[in-house]
Parts: sequence; C-alpha cells; structure tokens
Amino acid sequence: MAPPRNRRPGFSRRAQYGLFLGYVIAAAGSLVAAVLLALSAIDPPAFAVLRATVAEVTTPVSSGLSTVGQWFGAIPGSVGSYFGVHDENKRLRKQLSDQHALFMRARSLGYENRRLAALLRLRERVAEPVVTARLVSSSVTSTRRFAVLNAGSWQGVASGQPVIGPDGLVGRILETGPNSARVLLLVDPESVVPVRRTRDGMPALAAGRGDGLVDIRSVATATAAFGPGDVFVSSGIGGIYPPGIPVAHVIRRGPEAGLARTYAQPDTLDYAMVQRAFMPTPPPLTVPQPAPKPTPKPKTKATPTASKPVAR
Amino acid sequence: MSQIRGPFDEPPDTSFGRFVPAVSVLAASTFAVWPVIAHVPLFPPLGLLMLLGWRLSRPLSLPVWASLPLGLYDDLLSGQPLGNSMLFWTLCSFMIDLIDQRIVFRDFWQDWLIAGGSICFCLILGRLVVSPLAAHVDTLLMLQIAVTTLLFPLATRICTMLTREEETV
Repeated sequence: MAPPRNRRPGFSRRAQYGLFLGYVIAAAGSLVAAVLLALSAIDPPAFAVLRATVAEVTTPVSSGLSTVGQWFGAIPGSVGSYFGVHDENKRLRKQLSDQHALFMRARSLGYENRRLAALLRLRERVAEPVVTARLVSSSVTSTRRFAVLNAGSWQGVASGQPVIGPDGLVGRILETGPNSARVLLLVDPESVVPVRRTRDGMPALAAGRGDGLVDIRSVATATAAFGPGDVFVSSGIGGIYPPGIPVAHVIRRGPEAGLARTYAQPDTLDYAMVQRAFMPTPPPLTVPQPAPKPTPKPKTKATPTASKPVAR
Repeated sequence: MSQIRGPFDEPPDTSFGRFVPAVSVLAASTFAVWPVIAHVPLFPPLGLLMLLGWRLSRPLSLPVWASLPLGLYDDLLSGQPLGNSMLFWTLCSFMIDLIDQRIVFRDFWQDWLIAGGSICFCLILGRLVVSPLAAHVDTLLMLQIAVTTLLFPLATRICTMLTREEETV
C-alpha cells in the first residue's frame, strides 16, 4: 500500500502557503540552532541558566523514581543475603581478627602523627563539607559524562567544588541551579585530576577517557610504567581537589598511559558529598604598575661583526 | 475574522489527537531523567527514535519545523550542548523530505535503512561536536547506534499503536 507520502496539499492556496511557511521556519530555525551550537561550543556554560531551570523540574522526578527503584531493587539482594548470612558471618569474623593487629598499629600511627604535627605547629587546611546529597540522574545518551546532583546554590554549592563519594572522588561541580547542580564525572573525556601514586608519591594525571575508564598519564617527561595494582590518590595540586582522596587503580598497562578504573563507580553511586574547593583561586591581583625603567648603562658593546667569522 | 478557508478545504483538526505525536516524542526525550548514573553512553536517544518513527510511518503527523522545539527540549535534558538536536534533527527531516521526493513507494526495510542513516548522522555529529577527538568513545558510539537502529521497529509499532488508539476513541 502506498501511504500518503507527499505533503502536497492540493489546490488550496492557504495550505500551500502554510507548507511553504513551515519550510521557511524550519530553515531559519536550523540557522538559529547552528548559531546556538557554535555559541555553546565556544562558551560551554553559556546556556547554563536554561538547563538549570529544566533540571529544577526534573531533579525531584528523578529522585522520586530512584527511591522507588531502590525499594524494588533491594528485594533480590535481601532474599539472597538471607541464605548466605551464615557463611558471610564466618568470613567477616575471620577478617575482623586478621585486621585487628593492623588496626592497632594504624591507631598508634595516627596518634604519633597528630603529636608530630602539633610539635611542628603544622597548619592543616581542613576540607569543609558543603552539603551531602544524592546524584539523581546523568547524561545517559550523550558521549559526555555529566550527573545531576540534588542540591544547588541554595545549599551553598558553587561551580568548581569537588564532589566526593563514599569510595573516592566523583568529580566536580560544573553548573549550579537553585536546587540542582551538574557534576562533571571523572570519566568524562574532558576531566583531568592531578594524582599521585600512593607507593612512592609519583605525580601523574588522571584523565577521563569517555568509556568508563581513566588514563593515568605521567607528568614527567620520562614515561613511567604504571602497572596493574598501582593506586592513585588526589594530590591537591591545582587547588580544586583536596589531597589524599582515592581516585583510581590501574587495571591494565597501556601503550602510553595506564588504564585505570575509578574507585567511585558512577553506577553504584548513591550519596555524594560536596566540599569547598581545597584552595580556591585567589582574587585577581591588581595590575602591577610598571616600574620606572632604569637608565640604560653606558656600556661599550663589542661590535658583533668584528668577532664573526667572515666566511661561512 | 474573515473566512480564509475555501469551500473545499478540510476543516482544521481541533482534536487532542493532533498533539499525540509531539507529546510522545517529548515523553521519549524525558527518559533522559531516568535515575541511573551511566558511565558509558549506551542508552539510545529515544526522542530521536520516536521522531523518526513518526516521520517515516506517518509523514503528515508532524510539521517540518516540529523538530526545532522538540530538539530544544531534548537538548535541555540530555547533556548535549544547546542547538545540537535542534540542528541535526531538522537537517534529518530535510533529508527525509528529499528522499520522499525520490523514492515515493518504499517498504519497511527501506524506511529502516533511512532511519539507521539518520541515527548515524545525528549521533556521529553529536559526538564530534561535544567530545574531543582523542576521547575513546567511538566503539561505544557504534554500539549505541546499533542499539538505537535495532529499536526502530519498536518505535514504529508504538506510533501505530498510538494512532490506532486515537482512531478508536
């Protein structure tokens, strides 16, 4: 059967004009869209207000849906754990007794650390939490990796603040609305976090790849080999992320960088804590007045032509 | 108010049914707020899928400029920059209009092929616009295109279902 594919409206002048006007609107609108796209490419936060306004509406919907989803999603887990509880109890007891010695040692080390820091009168910068909220939704269809946080500027969230999950670093705030904020996740292709290796403190950069992993790149010119098992924590360089937060562990050696998996897995993420930027950018300095030029010293300079070899 | 409508023109449609295609595309775009924190882009762009379903199975259901406001809504919800879906969806509907003029009698497989081409066009251009070229998202993008293309028959099914319901009511 041939469906009525053609849009030709017959002899009606009005319908013909309407159709033509539709094409004019579509062509003009696509030009406008191209301009908007170019503006967004040049200045990404340009339309943050519009996005934040829509996110204000969608965030409560997402958080309500996630509550319902968690309620249903918890059912198989609780049924399974009912059967496996005996074995798990035994395993946990063994783990507890194994780790007791380690725990005592860590406690004494912590005490000693505090005492030494007091002795040195070390001024510690404490990362203050701003708010703890849920991550409710994310950019599921886009190749960028954004998540939406259920708290915004009314709760004190500002762009550039680090977001930390229970397992490690999650990302940082990109745009804020009154009650919602957009978070740039670590696995986004444009996210870069300065990290250091826990074993020897070697600095590196954790750059998102876009496919759920991060690249660990060496900062030094000599390519350092990052092998499986290397653990990286944030180094605090750059002033956004506080130092010592677990970021990623290397799972595979790559050709020029180590492939690493982040500790905070974005799918399993529930609550996230927003902290103040570790060392916020200082206010812009006043432009220094150009110092008066020193009078040039009367210096007899040897003419370069005299010492130059004549023939090449 | 003068009577512009001629004696043989159809009376304008005033039922609620004329909004069903647009509302279904908006609802499909709204699936982007589903509470999942994805770390790979595998979720198909359902708004584009429904738009293609309507455009290819019922060509007169949406005006040619409809992809502009629908794309604007999709841009505000998906993480893409503003103007991305507006531009690429409109270009897609222009291309389908051109194909309509060339190949008038088509079967479903050809429609599916056209939909696949449009999905490739929108997703690949969207990836080029938004992510740096060095990002390792291309394999996943191919998978996303495959998933979206395979869902196209479902989209046309839903379109048919919605129209039938509308006719019986």
